[in-house]
Amino acid sequence: MSRRASQDVTITLVVSAFLIWFLPLMISTYTLTVLVIYGMLGLSLGLIWGFGGILCFGQAAFFGLGAYTYAITAINIGESTLPMILAVLVPAVFAALLGAMMFYGRLTDVYLGVITLVVTLILFKFMNSTAGPQYAIGNARLGGFNGIPGFQTLNVPGDPSAYIWGDTYFYVCALALVIVFLLVTWLLRSSFGRIAVGIRENEVRMGLMGYNVAARKTMLFAIGAAIAGLAGALFANWGEIVTPNLFSLGQSAEIIIWCIVGGLGTRFGPIVGAAGLAYLKFMLGQQSMIDNTLIMGLILVLFVLFLPRGLVPAIETLLNSIIGHKKRKPKPHRMRRARHG
Amino acid sequence: MVETVLETSGLTMRFGGVIASDNVNFKLQARELRCLIGPNGAGKSTFFKCVTGLLKPTEGHVYMRGQEVTGWQTHQIASLGVGIKTQTPNVMDALSVHENIWLAARRFYSIVEARERADEIIERLALGAIARAQMGQLAHGERQRVELGIVAVANPWLVLLDEPAAGMSAQDVDRMTDIIHQLTRFAAVVIVEHDMQFIRSIAQTVTVFHQGAVLMEDSVENVMSDPQVRAVYLGKKA
Repeated sequence: MSRRASQDVTITLVVSAFLIWFLPLMISTYTLTVLVIYGMLGLSLGLIWGFGGILCFGQAAFFGLGAYTYAITAINIGESTLPMILAVLVPAVFAALLGAMMFYGRLTDVYLGVITLVVTLILFKFMNSTAGPQYAIGNARLGGFNGIPGFQTLNVPGDPSAYIWGDTYFYVCALALVIVFLLVTWLLRSSFGRIAVGIRENEVRMGLMGYNVAARKTMLFAIGAAIAGLAGALFANWGEIVTPNLFSLGQSAEIIIWCIVGGLGTRFGPIVGAAGLAYLKFMLGQQSMIDNTLIMGLILVLFVLFLPRGLVPAIETLLNSIIGHKKRKPKPHRMRRARHG
Repeated sequence: MVETVLETSGLTMRFGGVIASDNVNFKLQARELRCLIGPNGAGKSTFFKCVTGLLKPTEGHVYMRGQEVTGWQTHQIASLGVGIKTQTPNVMDALSVHENIWLAARRFYSIVEARERADEIIERLALGAIARAQMGQLAHGERQRVELGIVAVANPWLVLLDEPAAGMSAQDVDRMTDIIHQLTRFAAVVIVEHDMQFIRSIAQTVTVFHQGAVLMEDSVENVMSDPQVRAVYLGKKA
């Protein structure tokens, strides 16, 4: 809490405005859009894991659930506003129920990981097995392994024919990420956020203080799922198709790697980790010499060994030591004099 | 008439065939200071855990200010205005001393009041010099003192302390004694303790546990000179 809130907001706005202007000059907006979306997904896990101590192996479940909710309701309604809202609400409610079961059941971290992982697998298996015509919600056939194509993509609210796509869609996604980032900032500065960090540090103590730990963890878990759901809906709009692969184990594992590499316990870290690694994967996908999962694994190992706190905290420490070094410069001089005197 | 703030009747806790707490009837009055002593395995900590909701008793009842709280969860009991300190220091290591105390105050006060109360407690416990330091970097005695601050800041009417003086230097213990005396101005205090020196310096009434049950309950002097207590607690030679 060293910086003031207004200062924090100003820095966020200036940095993001610069990035939104600068990055499209280097990378195509089509690619950037998905990087922004992954950034939001990374932030969703970074929030609950880095600030709430909830290690969820199934963040992809909420991402996929958001995407499927959007696709199914968009086909049935033919307009994108309500589906976008539902894509946030459905994963949040699902996470609240799942979270209540886990946190009120006082499950330990290991079981939490197992359960979230299994839930993701169940959704993956289930969605894969819905190929038949009997699996339909309203007009939307779930489509099994092939997923759901051809749904109404994002439009200007109230006007289904005014599609938001291309460069404009990138700006919408980037703006959404900035808004989510600011909301997360506000949340972490609020009492709720500070209490969440307290729970991350010592659940027993927070219980002894009189805080209902289970209720608060459930709420934070649902908030994380809501953000992941929003990212999922934006992803569905970007890809114009949703497939069961959204729920895959690889996707879940990748989100965790983003957070570790970017830096846990920071707001910016998981976004940087997500966008950076996703871009690297994209670049590596353009060559066929080395398998890119091999490189991903290598990066994770190197980070765990040499930068266990992640990229953003490491850079912060470096900057602080440079600034601190300048301030401390007169010190040797004084010490020498003291020795002579 | 003095109000009874804590009462247990027939409190029994069994772990399989072992009876850790055996039909304990206990009464504590407002602003009373009570020490629970007894040899290892006498059932002090089990009793403490049953009262604080960390364990659910097999049989019997716990009442606080007349309200039955048997089987309540710890956070519900704490919400009544009960301050609890466990045996091992339970603090948030990555957070500052101020943040630790603020979090405890925030449970019962608004954001602004919580900050004021945290500042006040930090001053009262002479923690000002380390208020911005991270908990994890502090010495054991300081951590214990901060944890007492965490308990005191919520302005409890009942304070339950499990071995507050464990592993502390003589100077720290003196300070701790002061703080506990301050607490008794507004709250009833129960202390589970091993350190006889500390008990002599602080206690008025002592409850002796032996094999899960209450052996005797009397003033410090009487307890200390009782041959039976000396036999079970201090060993036959003492």
